Amino acid sequence: MQNVSLFSQIDGASPRTVRIVVDGRPVDVPEYANVAAALLYAGVGVFRRTPVGAAPRAPYCMMGVCFDCLVEIDGLPNQQACMVRVHDGMEVKAMAGARALV
Amino acid sequence: MKQEYDFAVVGGGLVGMAIAYGLAKRGQKTIVLDGEDSSVRAARGNFGLIWVSGKGKKQVDYGRWSLESALLWPAFAAELEEASSLSLGYSRQGGISIALTDDALAGSVDTLRQLHARDARLTYDILDRQQLTERIPEIGQNVAGAVYSENDGHVSPLYTLRALFLAFERACGEYVPEAPVMSIERANGGFRVDTGKRTLEAGRVVLCAGLGNRELAPMVGLTAPVVPLRGQILVTERVRPFLKYPTLSVRQTAEGSILLGESAEDVGMNDGVTPEIVAHIARKAVTQFPLLKNVRVVRAWGALRVMTPDSMPVYEESATHPGAFIATCHSGVTLAAAHCEVLVAWLLGGQRPSLLDYFYAKRFAV
Repeated sequence: MQNVSLFSQIDGASPRTVRIVVDGRPVDVPEYANVAAALLYAGVGVFRRTPVGAAPRAPYCMMGVCFDCLVEIDGLPNQQACMVRVHDGMEVKAMAGARALV
Repeated sequence: MKQEYDFAVVGGGLVGMAIAYGLAKRGQKTIVLDGEDSSVRAARGNFGLIWVSGKGKKQVDYGRWSLESALLWPAFAAELEEASSLSLGYSRQGGISIALTDDALAGSVDTLRQLHARDARLTYDILDRQQLTERIPEIGQNVAGAVYSENDGHVSPLYTLRALFLAFERACGEYVPEAPVMSIERANGGFRVDTGKRTLEAGRVVLCAGLGNRELAPMVGLTAPVVPLRGQILVTERVRPFLKYPTLSVRQTAEGSILLGESAEDVGMNDGVTPEIVAHIARKAVTQFPLLKNVRVVRAWGALRVMTPDSMPVYEESATHPGAFIATCHSGVTLAAAHCEVLVAWLLGGQRPSLLDYFYAKRFAV
């Protein structure tokens, strides 16, 4: 996973951040970001592995349509990262293939 | 006179494409005239069962015909996968019909017993709750039991259709989209077919346009006594495999999605979804499989089955327009292999299989 993000905040954005935990790593991200934007900002390159071919995936549409940015958020699997806003203390994990049924 | 095409197949759904591919791979110059993107398309909305058990209560030959197709499916699927390089998600583990009540179970068993008495190949096993739990540990505790039949299986209907297109193309078939047929007339010992944009001549014509056959059949002296019967289907997010057997209303695809369905409504040409039916389907699925409770539904859709009054197929050659045929059924997935291998032999001039003796439209005449 690369750690140098190609994304940065635009000028004039709120400087306030919240701390989320991404696969065990605490990162500070803009407080109004959605999870997908926050992860891209934090340099996350692979959001999930596909259920069939284990291919790496990252956000594509950023607007809730493509389902390629699925991650586990606060214990809930297969959440669309681009559709959920970050909050302080949020735990995000990459999806490794299909979710389990419990 | 030799026509431009040996066969024109009207309709590019599962029925039309299975027949067209069967013709093309046997060296027939075949053209498929398909409808618009906006046409109602059962082949793109169905559930994907290859199902035998319970079919043929009114006429056992329907059960036999379904069985014949199910038995042809392994080779048919292998051939399509080879021709298309696609994986169809086909499996023939046997299928399970879950009964929520003792009465429902007794009803299913009664039907299957009658069918088995008429043809011993139409086999079934009754599973009480414990036997069902052995096969499906995740089954809910509120179900009464189930029946299992080794004859049943399932497949991805969309990959099947796509594979048929690729196989048809590889067999030098010609597919024309956006070509709704406006008229069919006799010409030069065959037929002249007009799509509005194009006119072509073919030696024989096969009508496989589903509900569209209602307008087409009278052009060649046939009737298509079919009406729409809507089914609604839900599909969930992909989850790890847990359900080895397809059931009548819940199946897990090779990719991990779970399809939920089995509604039937007479609502005309409306192929939408309704919250009441979606909720009913979801509730029923959770009763059968409580572990689905927190699984997310990602899409729901409606599709229109092509139903005759007795749910069974119609295969017929026109008496007034020899060389014009109709093929219609609501089980285009199950019957695809038989259409491709058996029905096509008849369309090519072979003897009509006696198994199909019942499947004339005249059985509906009063």
